[in-house]
Amino acid sequence: MVEPIIETLSYEMAFNELEKIVAQLEAGQDSLEESIALFERGQVLARRCSDLLDQAELRVKRLGTDTTQGD
Amino acid sequence: MEQPSLFSSLAMSVADLTRYLRALFESDPILQNVWVEGEISNLSQPSSGHIYFTLKDSSASLRCVIWRSTASRLHFMLQNGQAVEVHGAVGVYEPAGQYQIYVDALRPVGEGRLYQEFLRLKAKLETEGLFDEDRKRPLPERPKVIGIVTSPTGAALQDMLNTLRQRFPLVEVILAPTPVQGDEAPAAIATALKLLELEKPDVILIARGGGSLEDLWAFNDERVVRAIADCGVPVITGIGHETDFTLSDFAADRRAPTPTGAAVMAVPDAADFRQEVEDFRRQLEISMAAIVSAKRVELQSLSASFLHASPFRRIQDQRQRLDELDLRSSRATASIFALLRVRQVGLGQRLAAVSPFSVLERGYAIVQHSSGAVVRSAKHVAPGEKLGVYMRDGHFSARVEEQ
Repeated sequence: MVEPIIETLSYEMAFNELEKIVAQLEAGQDSLEESIALFERGQVLARRCSDLLDQAELRVKRLGTDTTQGD
Repeated sequence: MEQPSLFSSLAMSVADLTRYLRALFESDPILQNVWVEGEISNLSQPSSGHIYFTLKDSSASLRCVIWRSTASRLHFMLQNGQAVEVHGAVGVYEPAGQYQIYVDALRPVGEGRLYQEFLRLKAKLETEGLFDEDRKRPLPERPKVIGIVTSPTGAALQDMLNTLRQRFPLVEVILAPTPVQGDEAPAAIATALKLLELEKPDVILIARGGGSLEDLWAFNDERVVRAIADCGVPVITGIGHETDFTLSDFAADRRAPTPTGAAVMAVPDAADFRQEVEDFRRQLEISMAAIVSAKRVELQSLSASFLHASPFRRIQDQRQRLDELDLRSSRATASIFALLRVRQVGLGQRLAAVSPFSVLERGYAIVQHSSGAVVRSAKHVAPGEKLGVYMRDGHFSARVEEQ
């Protein structure tokens, strides 16, 4: 399975994958090499999530065609 | 015109007359529980907290007093020229000989009628089940798109956007701008709601800032209430202030006390999310450490059994066996020799026992013919034969005399 590039992941996708990795590592069924790989990917995912939270800008879209100044 | 007689009756005191008037007022049921409509003038709000004003219309005026306790509960500002309805009891302020109404409730003109209409509509829509608890849907936990129906120029919108920015900026906001009061408002609000629903947001906020019952009236309009009830997306209303309840609030899936409150209700706090991510990060580290530790233990026990089974060890084992065999064989050899020795000595002794020389020791003599052959029998000697006699300590010759 080709793993998606982390920089392109949305918050939800990164968070969900992080959740799965944590569960998998907790189960401890993988080989040492696999575990290390999972661990590293998990760290990057966690970083992606907190970056998104810190840097996100509220996006506002406006319906209709009025000319009054909004946000 | 007749002059009234100056001497017709006994004079009362002013106090008595005033007291009489007061009693008259206080015993009249209408005067003790009356709503009066007029315009405020001569408004006075001294620091004592009591409020004084004159309620007037085109041809008469009435003095009004609001005690501080009632005044503090008023939810709008009084102004000269305002048309209001006051409720209270009419009495007499004796020192000034002034009748006045002691106000215990006050509302803008028309609000009374509006409120009746409110109650009527509420009853009707409630019977239809539009306000039922089990119609209300739960809010999405992590909304991605939030719809907002509100005035584009009001403070309510800015308050909500600021709250969303601070709390959870990961969402997308879709604004459906609409007038929020006036005759055109109800239809516009209902339309805005329908248009917004087409964008498929996860939740919709309907909001407007504080105002009078009249200002908020659009949200009591049947068209708006039905639009909310029919909406396929969960709706949170944040209309007016904490104490304002409109029919839209009853129809909504959740009611917030204010527009800001609605934004807070709609999204989780990013701080909680940050905490969750941090918790996961910690858990990764803990799990990883546990795995490494487990692998290490595995390795150690593997090493131990490996050493145990190694060829080197086998060599050592063999050596040990060899040593043991060595020892055993030495012991065996020694004991064989020992045994042999014993047997040898035994044999020696036996040999010694049967050696002719040992016979001699016992005193016997060996007799030999002159040929050297040993005489074995007495019949073998002839008389006169010379014989050799060997004894322990020497030998001599002898001649046979007689047999």
